[in-house]
Amino acid sequence: METEVVNTNFKSEEYFINMGPQHPATHGVLRLLLTIDGEIIKKVEPDLGYIHRSIEKMCERDSYQQIVHLTDRMDYLSANINNEAVCLAVENALQLEIPERVKVIRTIIGELTRISSHCLWWGVMGMDVGALTTYFYGFRDREMINDIMEETCGARLTMNYNVPGGLMLDIHPNFVKRVKDFITHFKTKLPEYDRLLTGNIIFQKRTIGVGILSKEDAISFGASGPVGRASGYSCDVRKHHPYSAIDKVTFNEVLKTEGDTYARYLVRIQEMWESLSIIEQLIDNIPEGEHRVTTNAVIKLPKGEFYQKVETARGELGVYIISTGTKNPYRLKFRSPGFSNLSLLNHIAVGGKIGDLVATMATLDLVIPDIDR
Amino acid sequence: MIQLSITENIHNWLFSIMPEGVASIVEMVLIAVVYLTIFAVTGLFLVLLERRVAAWFQLRIGPNRVGFQGLLQTMADAIKLLTKELTGTERADKFLYNLAPYFVIISALMALAVIPFTKEFHAFDINIGIFFLIAISSIGVIGILLGGWSSNNKFALIGAMRSGVQTISYELSVGLSLLTMVVITGTLQLSEIIEFQKNGWLIVQGHIPAIIAFMVFMISGTAETNRAPFDMVEAESELGAGFHTEYSGMKFAYFFLAEFINMFIIAAIATTMFFGGWLSPFGITESLPWLGVFWFLAKTMGLVFLMMWFRWTFPRLRVDQLLTLEWKYLLPINLVNIVVMALIVWLNLTIRF
Amino acid sequence: MSYFSDIYNGIRTLLTGMSVTGKYFLTSRKGAITQQYPDNRDTLKMFDRFRGEVIMPHNENNEHRCTGCQKCEIACPNGTIEIIWDRGIDEVTGKKKKKIDQFVYHLSMCTMCALCIDVCPTDAIEWGQNFENSVYDRSALTRVLNKPGSKLMPGVED
Repeated sequence: METEVVNTNFKSEEYFINMGPQHPATHGVLRLLLTIDGEIIKKVEPDLGYIHRSIEKMCERDSYQQIVHLTDRMDYLSANINNEAVCLAVENALQLEIPERVKVIRTIIGELTRISSHCLWWGVMGMDVGALTTYFYGFRDREMINDIMEETCGARLTMNYNVPGGLMLDIHPNFVKRVKDFITHFKTKLPEYDRLLTGNIIFQKRTIGVGILSKEDAISFGASGPVGRASGYSCDVRKHHPYSAIDKVTFNEVLKTEGDTYARYLVRIQEMWESLSIIEQLIDNIPEGEHRVTTNAVIKLPKGEFYQKVETARGELGVYIISTGTKNPYRLKFRSPGFSNLSLLNHIAVGGKIGDLVATMATLDLVIPDIDR
Repeated sequence: MIQLSITENIHNWLFSIMPEGVASIVEMVLIAVVYLTIFAVTGLFLVLLERRVAAWFQLRIGPNRVGFQGLLQTMADAIKLLTKELTGTERADKFLYNLAPYFVIISALMALAVIPFTKEFHAFDINIGIFFLIAISSIGVIGILLGGWSSNNKFALIGAMRSGVQTISYELSVGLSLLTMVVITGTLQLSEIIEFQKNGWLIVQGHIPAIIAFMVFMISGTAETNRAPFDMVEAESELGAGFHTEYSGMKFAYFFLAEFINMFIIAAIATTMFFGGWLSPFGITESLPWLGVFWFLAKTMGLVFLMMWFRWTFPRLRVDQLLTLEWKYLLPINLVNIVVMALIVWLNLTIRF
Repeated sequence: MSYFSDIYNGIRTLLTGMSVTGKYFLTSRKGAITQQYPDNRDTLKMFDRFRGEVIMPHNENNEHRCTGCQKCEIACPNGTIEIIWDRGIDEVTGKKKKKIDQFVYHLSMCTMCALCIDVCPTDAIEWGQNFENSVYDRSALTRVLNKPGSKLMPGVED
């Protein structure tokens, strides 16, 4: 279906620019149709679908163990958390009893994934506003987490380590030592991030007061994750509907009230500190036990509808399964955080300049395969 | 004093074997060839230096495979650019499109001609040296505006307009900060300014206002050449590549080289006016004046490194923030600085050795 | 008055930022994290669990452990594994038994999800650490994992 953008309210001084699918600043294949007057943006219209791979349709013909490997490729920066969502949905539907060891390890790996995603976000944020060296510093720290994942799970990006019933393999003997080394290393690097970018006066002038989102708008657009929390909307799934071993640890939910780009930035930096503290509380006492509960070779969920939500690095991911009792789901739907976060771009970017649009999109932290599935 | 009177010897030899008119023309052609070579070699070397310095800031190794430590890397890039197709848009204004790169090259070459590398090595020593330099750097703007307009491309036009506004605003600051130093020396001629600095470099002679003038000059100089953190014009993560989006192959190489040579010229002017040009610190190698080339290049490379450090650390300023910085902060500071400097010179409070 | 404190603050934060990158510049010789890849192939060692490609290990007598139960073929999400099998007479017991003729593995379609290795009851297949799999001809990516002339190791039952 060909969608043509017809602007009937085109005043004569406005012109129309395509921030096309291939663009260094849109973090993926996203097409933005901008209507600009001089330097001020009048309207932003996102055009999606360039990386649609029909994941939800493929899930209708795959068995439940095979669905997990497709979720890796949706929001590839928090792959482990996506896997956890589907596995938790299936396990709760079957009412399986999951050993404590599995829950604790899932939480630790989930928080490591969150830190890795935020490291990459920080690097790319610096690059979008013009400080080109932050990209490399963020990736250097991410490499250490990738090495941890590679040693334990076998892969660096699409891990497929969670299965319904537990973990595919037990953790490697070096896992605990590597995680502890990483924590010590990263605690010296986060203050450096602050000295390089957060306190910089040019960066503050680019981001303070830009792209303001009020609390009512955040709730009405369905913003979740750091975007919602920066506007004062308390939406952390880990606090309201805890899963795995999250209820055993104490951490703060980071809330700010201004709702501008700088607040979203600070929320993510603070979240990295909170994740470090969660890992520290859990890493020393991983309980002994099984790493996997055996399920049938062919998993059949009972008839009914099941929903599970988790907190990925971007926001709230929801998995909704309708099952008719057979070995494939009748319908599986993902509620992706990026889709709702993208919908508020028009609301907050209008009236600002093009440079502000780039900074705002960098803090919304969109990963387009998550939106298009 | 050990002098290599190369120029004297060549001059005499030429005049002895040809009639006078022809000899002067041949001499001028020879000087032009030498300067073109300097232009090309400096450009190539600076591009490689930028890439390696950027890599060291970013925890990686720069190009080190092509030639020893990567010295032939830019040659390889230049050969690649030569073999590229020269695309042009259909409805572009052909004449202006082809003319635009030459403006920037010509302004860079003319500025290079007046810079004193050492006592003998000074192509064009006129008595309005500094004034000439500032005037020439304004010609480069025309090239950018023409390039953006004739490409017939929305992005290029936005980029060219922004760049034009930025360059014209910051020229004021460049001129005024250099004027501050002229207040001490009392002459505009470049070789005399360097002679004046034999009693101590100008940045030491004029202590506080000279340091402020130096900082203002570095900031405005970086903005003049459209380098980060003022490179909104050619920001890669914004709209395309700015005013040179439609250029490819050798014409793109012209714009690219001219940007690096402009950076070199700004650093060279700063060296001449603030840090003593080709003079050695405390007059160590006073007896070997031809060693001045090395001192000059060392100081200039230090300032070029400073400009690269700025580029790879700071985020970009938005266009309206650029202009706010200039008109509300740099210009008033500059004007007050000139008055302070004039007071200091009048009351004989400069430091002399 | 805030004009001057603004300027002072600005210069201070800019210099702090420059000190961070300056420190990395000074330690750049040892601090560079680049691995110069084709030169360090001799010393490069991947982790044990690294997912390069699926291989079927054979012992010294050219025997493998695959009984042809087809559990991996069913577990694979996109048809990467094809097993060509036949029923033959088993030497020891004299009964009809499945044995494999060819274990076809399409490396071009494999998503490295590890479901086949996870479900195999006899540990016949495992991960190989080779990652340099680029070829000029696409048909070279369709591999037959069991070597010609190999047979099932005696004593392996699924």
